[in-house]
Amino acid sequence: MAVKSNLLNMSLMLTLTCLVCSGILGGAYVITKEPIEAAKAAKINKANAAVLPAFETSERGETVLKDEAGVETPYVYYKAVNGEELVGYAIESNVSGFGGNLKILVGITADGLIYDTDVLDNNETPGLGAKCAESGSLFRTQWQKLDPRERILTLKKDGGDIDAITASTITSRAYTQAVYNAVQVFDALTGGEADAATGASVPAENNNKEESSDEQ
Amino acid sequence: MNSKLKLITDGFIKNNPTFVLLLGMCPTLATTTSAVNGLSMGLATLFVLVLSNIVISAIAPLTPDKVHIPVYIVVIASFVTLLQFIMRAYTPAMYETLGLFIPLIVVNCIVLGRAEAFASKNGVWASCLDGIGVGLGFTLSLTILGAVREILGSGSVFGWKFITGDGMLAFVMAPGAFLCLGYLMVLFNKLVKK
Repeated sequence: MAVKSNLLNMSLMLTLTCLVCSGILGGAYVITKEPIEAAKAAKINKANAAVLPAFETSERGETVLKDEAGVETPYVYYKAVNGEELVGYAIESNVSGFGGNLKILVGITADGLIYDTDVLDNNETPGLGAKCAESGSLFRTQWQKLDPRERILTLKKDGGDIDAITASTITSRAYTQAVYNAVQVFDALTGGEADAATGASVPAENNNKEESSDEQ
Repeated sequence: MNSKLKLITDGFIKNNPTFVLLLGMCPTLATTTSAVNGLSMGLATLFVLVLSNIVISAIAPLTPDKVHIPVYIVVIASFVTLLQFIMRAYTPAMYETLGLFIPLIVVNCIVLGRAEAFASKNGVWASCLDGIGVGLGFTLSLTILGAVREILGSGSVFGWKFITGDGMLAFVMAPGAFLCLGYLMVLFNKLVKK
């Protein structure tokens, strides 16, 4: 049976337990720190390689995009280069899908074409909206080599050029919005000369003019 | 020796956490969308259960009565955090699939339940065997439940697809989890109670 409790042994036991446990965890943190970072970097590199043509190095950057209402949304992007030559940008885009946050990576080459897209994180309904994460599906292949200046980036149902996933209009709409947002970020990064053809709701001019030197 | 073996088989049958004790229902229902997910969740819980059972049975005689729950929880939480580090470093994809349910092992009633009901009253070796038994019982139940839901819901087992197109989607979602669990429970108890 356990020892009888008194103030001294209770505080002693708790202190000791916490000390030993935090010591062990501290050690484990140090040991696993590098593999965890390697795993994270590997994941990002893999996603980057999937949405862009072959490149040598890529560099992480952050930018902020302002919409008409003046709301600022932060974006993370990866700038892929071959030596001096810009290959393209891979832009992380977050939108609200059907089941919560939908995070996709949009690869846009230097000439303004969407090279490919990939889903980083989704909580869509399995079997319905979650199909957006299946590369090779018709919904996903339609984005490859798509020119955002010639196509309207909304669903056909909404008067645009994009085919939706059957029975998953909300997910498809969110995905399309995410790609559209990424195109806006790309325009902002490259100086805004690749004008999106969506007409009606083109967000305000970019506020990242200093990035315009990146354009070839 | 026979009694030691019984400790392990008890975890499978008499004390089966999922089909008999009905403990840890939250991860059971949420993570068993496929056989692989169920298996990994079960193994993660097994890891924590065995280690925390060993440590708790070792420190139980020294622990003052009034603080035993906080001490146990700190031990369990440490092992869960350790598991999180390991999974993030070496199996990042699985860590993402199981997501929130890994940290939630801390409050899984199977783990604290076995610590309270068994490890605090028994020796290290017996507690270790009990942890293995209950952990394997949990793993097996989750794998079976996951496999049944995957077969019905996606038409595949362990990722190997045997139909074209979709399965009955409802079984991948929450209602299917309750249905499958209910029927498996009936079947299990019918077979075992003989």
